[in-house]
Amino acid sequence: MTFKTLLATTAFAALLASPAVAQQLSIKIGVMNDRSGLYADLTGEGSAVAARLAVEDFKAAEKGLKVEVVSADHQNKPDVGSNIARQWYDQDGVDVIADVPTSSVALAINQITKDKNKVFLNSGAATSDLTGKACSPNTVHWTYDTYALANGTGGAMVKAGGDSWYFLTADYAFGHALERDTSAVVVKNGGKVLGAVRTPFPGTDFSSFLLQAQASKAKVIGLANAGGDTINSIKQAGEFGITQGGQKLAGLLVFVTDVHALGLQTAQGLVLTESFYWDRDEGTRAWSQRFAKAHNGNMPSMVQAGVYGAVLHYLKAVAELKSKDPAAVMAKMKELPTDDPLFGKGTIRADGRKMHPMYLYEVKKPAESKAKWDYYKQVAVLPAEQAFRPLSESECPLVKK
Amino acid sequence: MFELLGIPPQALFGQVLLGLINGSFYAILSLGLAVIFGLLNIINFTHGAQYMMGAFVAWMCLNYLGINYWAALLLAPIIVGATGIAIERLLIKRIAHVDHLYGLLLTFGLALIIQGLFRNGYGSSGLAYQIPPELRGGQNLGFMFLPNYRAWVVVASLAVCLATWFLIEKTRLGAYLRAATENPTLTQAFGINVPLMVTLTYGFGVALAAFAGVLAAPIYSVNPNMGADLIIVVFAVVVIGGMGSILGSIITGFGLGLIEGLTKVFYPEASATVIFIIMVLVLLVKPQGLFGRAT
Repeated sequence: MTFKTLLATTAFAALLASPAVAQQLSIKIGVMNDRSGLYADLTGEGSAVAARLAVEDFKAAEKGLKVEVVSADHQNKPDVGSNIARQWYDQDGVDVIADVPTSSVALAINQITKDKNKVFLNSGAATSDLTGKACSPNTVHWTYDTYALANGTGGAMVKAGGDSWYFLTADYAFGHALERDTSAVVVKNGGKVLGAVRTPFPGTDFSSFLLQAQASKAKVIGLANAGGDTINSIKQAGEFGITQGGQKLAGLLVFVTDVHALGLQTAQGLVLTESFYWDRDEGTRAWSQRFAKAHNGNMPSMVQAGVYGAVLHYLKAVAELKSKDPAAVMAKMKELPTDDPLFGKGTIRADGRKMHPMYLYEVKKPAESKAKWDYYKQVAVLPAEQAFRPLSESECPLVKK
Repeated sequence: MFELLGIPPQALFGQVLLGLINGSFYAILSLGLAVIFGLLNIINFTHGAQYMMGAFVAWMCLNYLGINYWAALLLAPIIVGATGIAIERLLIKRIAHVDHLYGLLLTFGLALIIQGLFRNGYGSSGLAYQIPPELRGGQNLGFMFLPNYRAWVVVASLAVCLATWFLIEKTRLGAYLRAATENPTLTQAFGINVPLMVTLTYGFGVALAAFAGVLAAPIYSVNPNMGADLIIVVFAVVVIGGMGSILGSIITGFGLGLIEGLTKVFYPEASATVIFIIMVLVLLVKPQGLFGRAT
């Protein structure tokens, strides 16, 4: 058999195969996030694993969908993320971008997706502007946002008597949004904000900023940062005796992977808000065990769970329409109620906000933890309508008033 | 009570002290770089990764072998230094005769590989390493609460820096080293084993980085990127101090830590950039660095 015959055979085979392919709708999902930096554990490859699990569970192939999942590292830089997005949309035939933590990058991708008329399923970013003044008809914001975090952790702390605040704020879109939304909650509940310090992102040494917070004599030090920044802040606050001095730390965005990295000895007693915890019920446990098997034994973060939920719902809409036209798919996604084992039943609002309850958790003491990754006890449930910004307060032009 | 630019003096003292603590990391790391550059003429971009390896080896010692912090403080530099010697013998030696740029690319590539391997193995969010029980708690100095461990960091790094300076500037071994830096061919002609000295010097520089890594493990999170975040700043410190100057890198290390610490009070947004601004200014006025000799 010569090279020529081989070529001819391949060409012939391709010819035979093509009619079958034509009936199949092919979809390319691009999972873009931080694969090497401080957010890599809570998003990263785990989000790609979650997307592939969604494709598997949906049994896409049986429903005539050929789904491919690709992934890329945006390095938490808006310019890098924008270049990948353009390349994906213009040349690589990507239909949907999923995940995208780091609010500054997410806001850039939000705009590009709108310009190119594709679909953006955001799970990782926090800024509530994605469904507020920057909202887009092409974006769904799935897992959480700064408004819900502020309501959850911020509201709980003020009600528990923490009525004066000082913020350590990561100096970019996310930190600013979280500080703004939490300040609003503090003031609304009768508290006051004494000050804030903007810390360069990403940072290593927070002791100087913590000392400034200590000097402010605020009852609560709000950590408007995430990932490695939060881990370092909490660790160093313990070292400088800030919590022993009577001031409370409010980790406004703490993920289960951060608690894992801190260890219960350091993290115990922290109050935090999440929309998903692997050990919440039968459904989340079963899925999380599968996820862990595919991801080196690590339990999923809420961001990774959100990628699963969002991709699953997107595929449902596409399968129902038998088309991947972005406008039609977005309309369908907002029309169909969402339902998955991780977030339960929910809806997607006109502004792109996915509605589901948020949960207030407290980190267990080392003695209370019975197994690896057994970290949280549930304190309260916030129904979706209380957790997220009501449409009546929305700045989103898509919301008709 | 007087106030300085709206900051009460107590707070200022605290910040000065914190700046010195951060400066001690800059000092040890830039010292290692200066030693290596002095003799090998190699800009060791692997330095950050080797600092990270120091922290990881300390963590591994504790979690896999049950070896405590104090032993790790000695063991980790030896182990990581040994890997440094292997790298010098197997790789760096082969490109010693070609342009600087190749050494830079080689060590930079190595750093990426090492970081990638650790990231694959341990993830990026870091590992917990507790402060040794002897150094928990702290002293109330009136103007601030000084954790015992941070005080230890300053003392330990100052001691190591001064010992290194003494070794190189005041001993016979140091004299050989300086001679080899000045003229390796002639030094070898006097019967001194220069290649061995080069290898050991690289190993020593790497061991310094690992020592800093162990010091950092209990206060910063032990994660694969911890060196990459720091090394760029340390390179700026070395450039400001003057490439290859021992005393220069020690003084600049502490000094810039101080300046950075003060920036964190007066204009925190610029605290990540201030060192680079100083670098630009120094390069414009004195291109060989503050303590460098003009060539």
